[in-house]
Amino acid sequence: MTSVTPERHNGVAAALEVEGVSHSYGRRKALDNVSFSVGPGRFAVLLGLNGAGKSTLFSLITRLFAAQSGAICIFNWDVSRAPGEALRRLGVVFQARTLDLDLSISQNLAYHAALHGIGGREAKQRAREVLEQVEMADRADDKARDLSGGQIRRVEIARALLHRPKMLLLDEPTVGLDIRARADILLHVRGLVAGEGISVLWATHLIDEIEASDDVLVLHRGQLIDKGNVGEVASRAGAADIGAAFAKLTGAGRAEDAR
Amino acid sequence: MTNPASNDAAIAKEIAKDLGLKGFGAAQYAICLKGVVWREALRFLHQRERFVSALVRPLVWLFIFAAGFRSVLGVSIIPPYDTYVLYDVYITPGLMAMIQLFNGMQSSLSMVYDREMGNMRTLLVSPFPRWFLLTSKLVAGVAVSLLQVYAFLLVAYFWEIEPPSPWGYLTLAPALILSGLMFGALGMLLSSLIKQLENFAGVMNFVIFPMFFTSSALYPLWRVREGSPWLAFACELNPFTHAVELIRFAFYEQINPFALAVVLSAAIVFLAAAIRAYDPSRGMLVRREGL
Repeated sequence: MTSVTPERHNGVAAALEVEGVSHSYGRRKALDNVSFSVGPGRFAVLLGLNGAGKSTLFSLITRLFAAQSGAICIFNWDVSRAPGEALRRLGVVFQARTLDLDLSISQNLAYHAALHGIGGREAKQRAREVLEQVEMADRADDKARDLSGGQIRRVEIARALLHRPKMLLLDEPTVGLDIRARADILLHVRGLVAGEGISVLWATHLIDEIEASDDVLVLHRGQLIDKGNVGEVASRAGAADIGAAFAKLTGAGRAEDAR
Repeated sequence: MTNPASNDAAIAKEIAKDLGLKGFGAAQYAICLKGVVWREALRFLHQRERFVSALVRPLVWLFIFAAGFRSVLGVSIIPPYDTYVLYDVYITPGLMAMIQLFNGMQSSLSMVYDREMGNMRTLLVSPFPRWFLLTSKLVAGVAVSLLQVYAFLLVAYFWEIEPPSPWGYLTLAPALILSGLMFGALGMLLSSLIKQLENFAGVMNFVIFPMFFTSSALYPLWRVREGSPWLAFACELNPFTHAVELIRFAFYEQINPFALAVVLSAAIVFLAAAIRAYDPSRGMLVRREGL
């Protein structure tokens, strides 16, 4: 079995395990035998250009639809066989903004709590906690419409944490944000990894969001062409840094992708 | 930001603690259903233009269309009416069904296409079983459609359109719930099947208008039959016709057993098809490459 950082699992199930997953839309192969795992408390970057298969992979992990072959497990719960148990251990931030703009922040969070079977005082208490975590507690009664793009993202992260998952999935969470808001979101999520041992799968095509200690998964045209820690991937590609390695592996122009 | 090894052990312990199967109890199902309905109602109240247009649309038909035809079209005595009724009385049940049809299409399709984009994802990533989530969403849509219909009836009351006794308002409710479920399930099914209908105008032209006009909403079937037997046959095949008749009879404290059977069966079939269409492994989402 392949694993990004097996030595870190300490005998515990991987937070996320993707094993031999393939998926096609008609004749077009979107994912081809993709295998990787994200260990507990790890920050893993899923690096790929648009069309690499990131969205398909996220749809499969969140069980929007099922993989045609292979298996996906969240803390050993198979997404196909025990979807409820798998999904309740997973927090998701979608690429599209999914807050209800007409409702207030706390109403949005209450809805999400209900979708996880959490109601009443418990839901309110948790909403307060997660909003404090992302420093948005003072905006609880504001309508989502009145927030900036970066603030909406922070609330979406808070929402994803509400049911206390140990695995967080973020699909290009910094798209459309300015540089400061991007840095801010990254800082918050990295704080969760360091402080609470939450595992993160962070999909992006922006090289500068990667740190030296991260695990990197390079997805290109549906295939996982390399995985490992940042240094390994760079040296295997014979490149000076991960940006050059990504450009080399995907044939992408460095300048446009590294920003 | 690497975690020290000691931290790892603590994390491992905490995760191990969390790994037991939990499942959901009935109370949690109830919380989920309540949450979905509550959100739908809140959204509806916040979108004032949606409420107004849901009310204005049938009122335009009632005040302008029906008023214009009031003297031209007399409706003979057919059940459930035991006397001659004015055209605007005849058309009212059809307008109630129209409100529900619009609402059913809107609440499902807007979830996928309009600015609500992504909210279907939010719903479907919930750990509750998918059939339960979709059914909750339907129930929420039905609740909103009841609000809309009764608001319409309140205005209609001042236009002197009312059931023979106030009980009619009560006996109407189960009929509305059933027809609302049928239209909502149909909308949900369409939202999963049709990728091309990217906007509501398409749905209006290809679903709502044909269903509405090919029915007993605007003219009694015997009248249609005089003009065109084929059209009358099409009307009888249209589940909308039966929803209208179910509502018409219920408003007069009567049950139309045939309409009830058709609407109930259609609701079950549409709901089953919608649940199947949203099934992760057998459904339509795969072929559509997601939402």
